[in-house]
Amino acid sequence: MASKQKIFVPSDTTARSVGADRVAAAIRDEAARRGADVEIVRNGSRGLYWLEPLVEVEVGGKRLAYGPVGVDDVASLFAADFLTGGAHRLSLGETESIPYLAKQNRLTFARVGVIDPLSIEDYRTHGGFRGLENAAKLDGAEIVKIVTESGLRGRGGAAFPTGIKWNTVLNAPGEQKYVVCNADEGDSGTFADRMIMESDPYTLIEGMTIAGLAVGATLGYVYIRAEYPQAIRTMREAIARAEAAGFLGVDVLGSGRAFHLEVREAAGAYICGEETSLLESLEGRRGMVRYRPPLPAIKGLFGKPTIVNNVISLATVPIILDKGAEFYKNFGVGRSRGTLTVQLAGNVKQGGLVEIAFGHTLRELLEDFGGGTATGRPIRAVQAGGPLGAYIHPSKFDTPLDYEAFAAFGAMIGHGGIVVFDDTVDMGQQARFAMEFCAIESCGKCTPCRIGAVRGVEVIDRILGGVNEAANLTLLRELCDTMIAGSLCALGGMAPYPVLSILDHFPEDLRAREAQRRAVGEVA
Amino acid sequence: MEQRSTTTEATIRALAEANAGRPGALLPILHAIQDELGYVPESAVPIVANVLNLSRAEVHGVVTFYHFFRTRPPGQHTLYLCRAEACQSMGARELERYVKDKLKIDFHETTADGRFSLEPVYCLGNCACSPAVMIDEDVHGRVTPERLEALLGQG
Repeated sequence: MASKQKIFVPSDTTARSVGADRVAAAIRDEAARRGADVEIVRNGSRGLYWLEPLVEVEVGGKRLAYGPVGVDDVASLFAADFLTGGAHRLSLGETESIPYLAKQNRLTFARVGVIDPLSIEDYRTHGGFRGLENAAKLDGAEIVKIVTESGLRGRGGAAFPTGIKWNTVLNAPGEQKYVVCNADEGDSGTFADRMIMESDPYTLIEGMTIAGLAVGATLGYVYIRAEYPQAIRTMREAIARAEAAGFLGVDVLGSGRAFHLEVREAAGAYICGEETSLLESLEGRRGMVRYRPPLPAIKGLFGKPTIVNNVISLATVPIILDKGAEFYKNFGVGRSRGTLTVQLAGNVKQGGLVEIAFGHTLRELLEDFGGGTATGRPIRAVQAGGPLGAYIHPSKFDTPLDYEAFAAFGAMIGHGGIVVFDDTVDMGQQARFAMEFCAIESCGKCTPCRIGAVRGVEVIDRILGGVNEAANLTLLRELCDTMIAGSLCALGGMAPYPVLSILDHFPEDLRAREAQRRAVGEVA
Repeated sequence: MEQRSTTTEATIRALAEANAGRPGALLPILHAIQDELGYVPESAVPIVANVLNLSRAEVHGVVTFYHFFRTRPPGQHTLYLCRAEACQSMGARELERYVKDKLKIDFHETTADGRFSLEPVYCLGNCACSPAVMIDEDVHGRVTPERLEALLGQG
């Protein structure tokens, strides 16, 4: 008897947001109608989001793709015999050969979209838990050494060397230590953390467990934003299954060492992506930023030494422990080693996840991968690094993806989100929004952020409204300087960057509007 | 009425006590209450404070700090509209005007017929298929006013 024909229909949030569930149901119904013996696997997404729902079939050991599939296409796909790779208007050929995917270096995302997210068997078949198996044979210092040598830097945005952070926790005295995963992915234009948690949750579990073994922590928390209900459900289920299978718990893989994991749901505060706010929140308080020092690595959660790392940093650890520091370090340039998980978002034709070695230029990403704007109009600006990142003018598009190269002109790579805007964007409104967002999300602890952001909105409104334009432009710069120099954390300290980038590179938009000038009699 | 409020208070106390032993229990407790009741009523504050041996001010402070916790009953469905940059680049501002006009409410309000509450959200992580909304726990991408109208009709 022939085995069932496998059909893969992605189940991640974005695929579902454009109809993957309805397509899966239509395929099931059509298969039943035709008496076809099929097994529908709900894999994660490959992250080629403009092609979602991207349906794959397995033929002769190869995965062939069709997309974007609508409910109305299902009957014709069966008619074209897509189960055996039949040609169809939506045929994309072998999935791995789609240029967008073929040109990537999928290390952290090697399994994302390939496997059934919750299947431990799938995970193991595709190299899962090999890093943990290696780590279980090493002592903490040896694990930390490998992570340090890999050159991995924090992918949450701050780019602090992960191994150095771990070493601090390893050497900090304390009976109880913690590993905290910052999964409060709040930056607009970012979804890499969500993809890992929804499409390959065991990678994160494995990475956190290795971190626990490395520093002697027995308990970890994954702090996931409330806006990601599916990621929360998937992680909880994956943790339960990993525990049942012995990868978590009192005796990790027979190493005699314990590591437990728990998901904690955030509650819609952007500031809790800042690590000390996150710790306050985990402790059951308002997410107010803490003063530093002490560093969380010395005095973190409940006052104990704590690793706080982003999802991508932790999810990259398994492959480093599996294939070695050298292997990982050989990707990248300068002090930016390994791969960056770029997320192409907003007004882009081919939006999605691009994991690629550092060093490629922004232009390659926007043109070769992104294919320009979704609207077909010219790109006017991109915002990199989330709401606190600068708006980048097209004259800078040849900058290589490298933490230092971006920092050199006041921009940042951050968590790798790149939001594209076409030439209809009103940069004055974008500047206003940067301040508005900061005002909404400020924790309120320090004055430059709490008051400065509110004043920032008011000053920009006056400029756009034609009130004392020149004086208010000067005032806006002074306000930005004050916030940058005087704020306690990156929210107030960086919210001015998008505003300054607009003042510097798009000044024509940050001035009184014609209609408003007319109203105040400045224009004849 | 009185009986109902007694039941609600008993539920709140039970949820608080069930979670009280967890480290940093306050957020899990508030989530449990909101999951069960749809919101965190004012009457929860003294009960939770009592169970956790905190002041009412501390509990109130936490409830009001986090955007996700609501202190009034929501409509049958909650529409979360993303206002962040990626969605802005694909017409979120127009969508916001459309939905406010269509539902005749502003953010943090509920329609007169009680069917929809409208909340702003700053990123749903659906940024490659912007603009996005979430209705209850279902995210929808590439939302146009026409598509949103159809979604609201189903709700």
